[in-house]
Amino acid sequence: MADKLKPHTYKRREVLALAGTGVVVVVAGIGLFPGAASADAAAVAKAIKKRIGDKPMKSGRITLELPEIAENGNTVPIGFEIDSPMTDNDYVKAVHIFAEKNPNPDVATFRFTPGNGKAKVSTRMRLIKSQNIIAVAEMSDGSVYMTKKAVKVTIGGCGG
Amino acid sequence: MRKSIQGIGALAALAVAFSAFAGTAFAGKDKMNFGKYQVGELRTGYTFSTPETRAIQDDDFENPAFLWVDVGEALWNKKEGKAGKSCASCHKNASASMRGVGARYPVFNKKLGKLQNLEQRINQERVEKMQAKPLKYESKELLGLTMFVRNQSKDMPINVSIDGPAAPFFEKGKKFYFQRRGQLDMACANCHVDNPGGMIRANLLSQGQSNGFPLYRLKWQKPGSLHRRFRGCNKQVRAKPYSYGADEYVNLELYVAWRGQGLPVETPAVRM
Amino acid sequence: MAKARVKVPKSVKKGEVFQVKTLISHKMETGLRKNKKTGKKIPRKIINNFVCTYDGKEVFSSDWHPAVSANPYLAFYVKATKSGPMNFKWTDDDGKVTDKSVNISVSG
Repeated sequence: MADKLKPHTYKRREVLALAGTGVVVVVAGIGLFPGAASADAAAVAKAIKKRIGDKPMKSGRITLELPEIAENGNTVPIGFEIDSPMTDNDYVKAVHIFAEKNPNPDVATFRFTPGNGKAKVSTRMRLIKSQNIIAVAEMSDGSVYMTKKAVKVTIGGCGG
Repeated sequence: MRKSIQGIGALAALAVAFSAFAGTAFAGKDKMNFGKYQVGELRTGYTFSTPETRAIQDDDFENPAFLWVDVGEALWNKKEGKAGKSCASCHKNASASMRGVGARYPVFNKKLGKLQNLEQRINQERVEKMQAKPLKYESKELLGLTMFVRNQSKDMPINVSIDGPAAPFFEKGKKFYFQRRGQLDMACANCHVDNPGGMIRANLLSQGQSNGFPLYRLKWQKPGSLHRRFRGCNKQVRAKPYSYGADEYVNLELYVAWRGQGLPVETPAVRM
Repeated sequence: MAKARVKVPKSVKKGEVFQVKTLISHKMETGLRKNKKTGKKIPRKIINNFVCTYDGKEVFSSDWHPAVSANPYLAFYVKATKSGPMNFKWTDDDGKVTDKSVNISVSG
């Protein structure tokens, strides 16, 4: 998937998809969050810092489920599960979800207890356009894990 | 059609996107087994949805339209009006009394001398039998009650009557369907007969089946009636929409229902 | 007021981890939309907090931002300890609270 830090070479498939949706994404964006500027990478970094401070983030332990293509940015299903025994001594404290290019990158925070048995959640979110979704998990021992995944959004600009 | 679109400037993009995707987008999907959602050549909008959208419809609990169905069920049992009656006072248990009703509407109403859809029938009953106020078209109450009643016919095949007194109205609906209109000079048929499976801008064109209405549309973020969808389509081709409950739309409703004759009632469906 | 739905299994075994599904009707107005006629911004109004209590303890909670979809759906898991009520509380920007309670029936 597209990594913001590296120069990205588009695959043929992606170019074709963009050719068909380019116009639409702009139109759709206006409909969902009119007049609002998208958050850039700095805004996301700031939002993450606000939740977890300067703690280092490791990769792994998070399984993030997202549709490859979301038909409509108003309702994009998202699910995640954190690999954790969820015992009194070792559990997931919180999971924060961020959407990199939404006007406000914060999506939601979920707070768990050992009483959950497993740290698994399904919900639905709004996405202004195709972008990376970032999940940050805080563990009871203070460690933090992070993962991200891209979602392509094709919102209908048609019909009423 | 292309000729009329070209030169309208901003709208040219529509034609480009339309032709680029037409007929290719879902070619592979046609091989899928759509089960009850496909009857011969007929395919409901469900078969044009992504797996994620289908999943929201598949589980009645995950389908947000049921929040409105709950409103409808509460209204079914609520006494209103001067007659001191509820729907249930006469019709008792909706799962028995309303089973099949939603599959055969709209119908010819002798008293009115024209077609009547389910929303209008509900309001007629409220006014005449309950002596209560009619519910506003597109209100959460009327959407809820219509969905609740139609949901009692879930999975029953659409079975509208188009002969006898309904015939002339059916013909009017058919004419509407093929009549080009609006600045874009497009008829319903231009999209839903000529191009199902293709894309118009980012919208996937279905066969335009009505078996799931009223339905929860992700774009609307709430349920809406078939007339809301008709109005949206009309506005999209830059034509003046008719009002909710207009005779023109009720006639069209019959023709569109007949096009999907045999498809299962899906109300409340979930679409993009 | 908002209508809420909750779904839990009819009965669960002690120690079983079961799914809890919730759904509530709410526009989740982002505060970023404009009224098409007046051009004025429609003020933000969302449910910003959800809490689930079971066996006398807060077992799960969530903070929501405007990016949470209208008519919020949320599913999570809880480990069965003993029979009793499970309470749900949604709070919106105006401080309005929607409550819901279901009974958890635990066997064994």
